[in-house]
Amino acid sequence: MSGVPHRPWVWSFGAAAAVFAATLLVTGGTGAAGLGQAALTFAAFSVIVGIGQMFVITLGPGNIDLSIPATMTLAGTVALKAMDGAAGTELLGLGAALGIGLGVGLGNYALIKALRIPPIIATLSTSFIIQSAAIWTNRGLRIKPPDSLAAFATGAPLGVPNVALVALALAAIAWLLLERSLFGRRVAAIGQNERAARFAGVPIDGVRLATYALCAVLAGLAGFLLACFSGGAALNMGSEYLLMSIAVVVIGGSSVAGGSSNVPGVWGASLFMFLIVSMLNTYGFGAGVRMILTGLIIMTVIFAAGGGRVRRR
Amino acid sequence: MRTDLLRVLVPAFSFALLLGVVFWLQPRTMSYLGLNLLFNLAVPIALATIAQMIVIALDDLDLSIGAFVSFCACVTATFLNDAPLVGAAILLGAIGVYALVGAVIWLRDLPSIVVSLGMSFVWSGLAVLILPSPGGAAPEWVRAVMTVRPPVLPMAIVASLAIAAVAHLVVMRSSFGTALRGVGGNARSMQRAGWSVLSLRAGAYALAGLFGVMAGVALVGLTTAADANIALRYTLLTIAGVILGGGEFNGGRVSAIGAVIGALTLTLAASFLTFLRLSNDWQIGAQGAILILVLAVRLVLNRRESYR
Repeated sequence: MSGVPHRPWVWSFGAAAAVFAATLLVTGGTGAAGLGQAALTFAAFSVIVGIGQMFVITLGPGNIDLSIPATMTLAGTVALKAMDGAAGTELLGLGAALGIGLGVGLGNYALIKALRIPPIIATLSTSFIIQSAAIWTNRGLRIKPPDSLAAFATGAPLGVPNVALVALALAAIAWLLLERSLFGRRVAAIGQNERAARFAGVPIDGVRLATYALCAVLAGLAGFLLACFSGGAALNMGSEYLLMSIAVVVIGGSSVAGGSSNVPGVWGASLFMFLIVSMLNTYGFGAGVRMILTGLIIMTVIFAAGGGRVRRR
Repeated sequence: MRTDLLRVLVPAFSFALLLGVVFWLQPRTMSYLGLNLLFNLAVPIALATIAQMIVIALDDLDLSIGAFVSFCACVTATFLNDAPLVGAAILLGAIGVYALVGAVIWLRDLPSIVVSLGMSFVWSGLAVLILPSPGGAAPEWVRAVMTVRPPVLPMAIVASLAIAAVAHLVVMRSSFGTALRGVGGNARSMQRAGWSVLSLRAGAYALAGLFGVMAGVALVGLTTAADANIALRYTLLTIAGVILGGGEFNGGRVSAIGAVIGALTLTLAASFLTFLRLSNDWQIGAQGAILILVLAVRLVLNRRESYR
């Protein structure tokens, strides 16, 4: 671990706090509560998909899930269709979204295993198919989520947005899984050295299958919550989460080469990514400058943190 | 040698099969005009796929190519049209940035996925700054080149053949290309053999940037206008094209001819459904299905090969 900061996730929270302060400097301290609420809400969606992507990336070089955006869209669309805006169907919708996630995850790994192709290509091809399925189901779709779910996704009865609480609970579970459970240790072991893990008797296929399924199920859940939050499913609702899910994992201090992951960092990085955009907004920058600066920041972070470690995608 | 041949034969055969079915479904496509319509939009995709293939040959992955082609298209539709010298300088500078990225990835030992992810934001942002809303105009000469009507074979086919030939010569036949694939295979041994991995990688990225620029220019020649999101889907499409064309993610194993065939196959797969009178909703899905199908066929063939 030499050369790497002892707790890399501290940096992402520090950066998020600095950006938060810099934004409030301009507004003169007003709107701090509103900005905090918005940051927690939008970061929550990135956290949910980011955790899934983190598990997959931890499996080691070449492991990545490109089907997250398509899965989110399909899960959100089908869930809304299943519920049809009626009260009392909430669990049915949630089940549909999670079921689609599970199906996608199993399909992804089936392709990886059966065709012996790199996960990038497997998840890329399934994402094409899922995306088409979403377009087909979504045609002319103008269904609103049930009132109870819309209220839940946008509400904050405890002072903290509900979706942030969900993401926080999931992050806690993910941390326990990763650091304290056999499954998490096995994921990290495969990521560090698959051969060694195999010799040590780790059931490689089972663990990888479960990881891809977990990632897709989380994507399904994120799609479900996002559709309820924004009052409907849209075809492009997942599009920004492909790059976002990878960015929050990397900025959060997980190793891109796998084998070492970091749950709190995903939260810090998600807050940071949202706050940086709202800071640039507050400063009056247009969309173009905002994107350029976002890109430069991602590269600066990886440039500062990534040097000298085992490289590979 | 046999596996190298197989690498090109499988995509070529699946492409021929798909084309045959399209001809059978709609015989009118079997004409000069029909072929041109089928493959017109494949030219920029083929150029971008070659760019992606060069990066994949280095054992890297370029997630910014779609944003980069969009950026180049925006520059072509604005600067290159209004002030050709400024436009050309910008595009040259962009190629320089590509070379720099390739060098930095090696120097700092960075993951190419994340660096190119960051670069995709930068290119998209620049494109939005240049063209906040769709517009611009294609320079006369670009339009003329892309709509020229050569005898016997339509422009789209001639261009695809030319791209495949040039890329094959540069990447597969030249000493630079061989060294480049060597870096993808084993960078350390190339270094020991006295090559400068740094300049090889910078050169390869510059070459990829050049093909990306040509893709942007060609795209504007076809569409006559640009917008900042015009080619974003190229990122995933080019990766699929390279793999479809027999490329592999490690060891510098790629095929230039295969990559062009892969790009053509994906273009054909998208319009295939129209001929079957199926809903357009499944266009992207058909590309995914073709990709899976070809990879499955290749697996079966490779297995048979290894049994001998």
